[in-house]
Amino acid sequence: MVGNETVTDGGVIHYLRYTWKKKLILLGLLVMTAVLALYAICAGSAELSPWQVLLTLFGQTEGQSQIIIWSIRLPRVLAAMVAGIGLAVAGAVMQNILRNPLASPSTLGIAQGAAFGAALAIIGLGAGSTPSTGGGALLINNPYIVTIFAFVAAMLTTMIILFLAQYKGVSPESMVLAGVALGSLFSAATMLLQYFTNDVNVAAIVFWTFGDIGRASWGELGIMSCVVFSSLLFFLFNRWNYNALDSGAETAKGLGVNVEKTRQWGMFFASLITATVVSFLGIVAFIGLVAPHLVKRLIGGDNRFLIPASGVMGALLLLAADTLARRIIAPVVLPVGAVTSFLGAPLFLYLLVRGSKLG
Amino acid sequence: MILSVKGIEFSYSSRTILDKVGFSVQKGEFLSILGNNGAGKSTLLKTLNRILLPKKGNILLDNQEVSKLSRLAIALKMAYVSQHYESNRQTVFDAVLLGRKPHIKWEATASDLALVQEILAKTGLKEFALRYLDELSGGELQKVIIARALAQEPEVLLLDEPTSNLDLRNQIEVLRTIHNAAKEKNIAVVAVMHDLNLALRFSDKFLLLQNTKVFAAGGSEVMTAENISQAYGVPVRVERVQNQIVVIPS
Repeated sequence: MVGNETVTDGGVIHYLRYTWKKKLILLGLLVMTAVLALYAICAGSAELSPWQVLLTLFGQTEGQSQIIIWSIRLPRVLAAMVAGIGLAVAGAVMQNILRNPLASPSTLGIAQGAAFGAALAIIGLGAGSTPSTGGGALLINNPYIVTIFAFVAAMLTTMIILFLAQYKGVSPESMVLAGVALGSLFSAATMLLQYFTNDVNVAAIVFWTFGDIGRASWGELGIMSCVVFSSLLFFLFNRWNYNALDSGAETAKGLGVNVEKTRQWGMFFASLITATVVSFLGIVAFIGLVAPHLVKRLIGGDNRFLIPASGVMGALLLLAADTLARRIIAPVVLPVGAVTSFLGAPLFLYLLVRGSKLG
Repeated sequence: MILSVKGIEFSYSSRTILDKVGFSVQKGEFLSILGNNGAGKSTLLKTLNRILLPKKGNILLDNQEVSKLSRLAIALKMAYVSQHYESNRQTVFDAVLLGRKPHIKWEATASDLALVQEILAKTGLKEFALRYLDELSGGELQKVIIARALAQEPEVLLLDEPTSNLDLRNQIEVLRTIHNAAKEKNIAVVAVMHDLNLALRFSDKFLLLQNTKVFAAGGSEVMTAENISQAYGVPVRVERVQNQIVVIPS
């Protein structure tokens, strides 16, 4: 009997060791993100030392460095991290509930919907575009209207997707197809708007669509954080449901999961994150697709680890992309959306070709 | 009666699949649902835990109407093993731990883990614990899915063709594991079976379906040559070989 128990415990210990490895990888990602964040705060036209930054963050210094850090660099770094977490966990959850590895904030038409809303506000209401690093020449009459219109249009797209799924019986697997259709519909509508307007407005629309982390100030950061972290909490609360869904809808039902509700609410929160991030920052492609896939290859598909690790990976990737966008041909700041796609696409192709699946 | 079913009717648009089907099982009993393809066996199984909603009829699980229970309340008493399952990139241990899902509040406890380990040992999967599902053979995978259902600690276990895709040895092993678990933990088993001889060997009760209706139901006394011949539309002989009833198509 005693011998038997030792054998039993041995098996559990092996399993715990296996999950510890995943936790260690998560911890490693966190440390890398923290280090990168510190670097991102230091780097810029006014170089600061890490020590100076730490002192300032803990309120030990006064003067110029305090202003640079608190009003320029810190909100930007935090915004990149919060948006990265949001887009990545939204992508991870969408891929799970729609059972499609291509599902992500940018493949479901939500981002395109937001862009259409923004274009409508810029042209129809003459709201202009938001000012940002390098874009000072553009007119800004009312940035809030643009953001609100983008948000409403993005949520409208979400409602259409949810409606198709719930009442028209479109299967989760074909939702991505519906999303692609919606996306091209909105792109076409935006194109038509651009065709019939003046060049200043076209420039403003194009500028808006380039994702730019620098648009977020503390206020926007606050709203974004509330949405992202409450949704993240919801996703974590449902992680076992998502694990059950991974084994098929019937099995999940047999395990006591309310499959329809889990899908609807998951889609709602994932879309809410996307709509919020995109309407504040513009289109930031690829993070929602690449981050979960990268993490899956590192630690596997268990949502208990996949969701938090995707979030950290998203933060790391978007922060890296934004820092690169700021530094590569400084003082010119590249649009971060272009950088994420430039880095994301080859990385993604490499992973697909290599095809290795670790742990 | 842990599970009692009365007057179940189910149809896809105008096509009737189940017509006034009823039966009951007690704890520790193994009931086999038998019949030709399209007789309504899998549909019947799916109506039992409300994966499909029957048009009419009552299903009482431990004296409670299944139609009025929440999914979670059903899952705490009844486990379901689907005919189709997906092998994905997760370890055997994780796959079986998922069976604890209805019992887990926030995170799996030490006793959940210990139970999973105990079931892995019982189903002969101990050395596979950290292997990935997509690296397993069909028989091993089937055992994992059944181990998951056992980890759910159900009072009723629903199995849709638990031995399809298995070789002779694994058929016997898997059914013996289920049979022993049913006796040991007093679980009622309701299984859709294709192999009549395996059903005869492991079941206590039989439900013969023919063309949406119950043709015959009861203990081994209903498994006569006449009943089986009529239910399946194939002439058969029923003989006793080494104290075991055997069906031979003639």
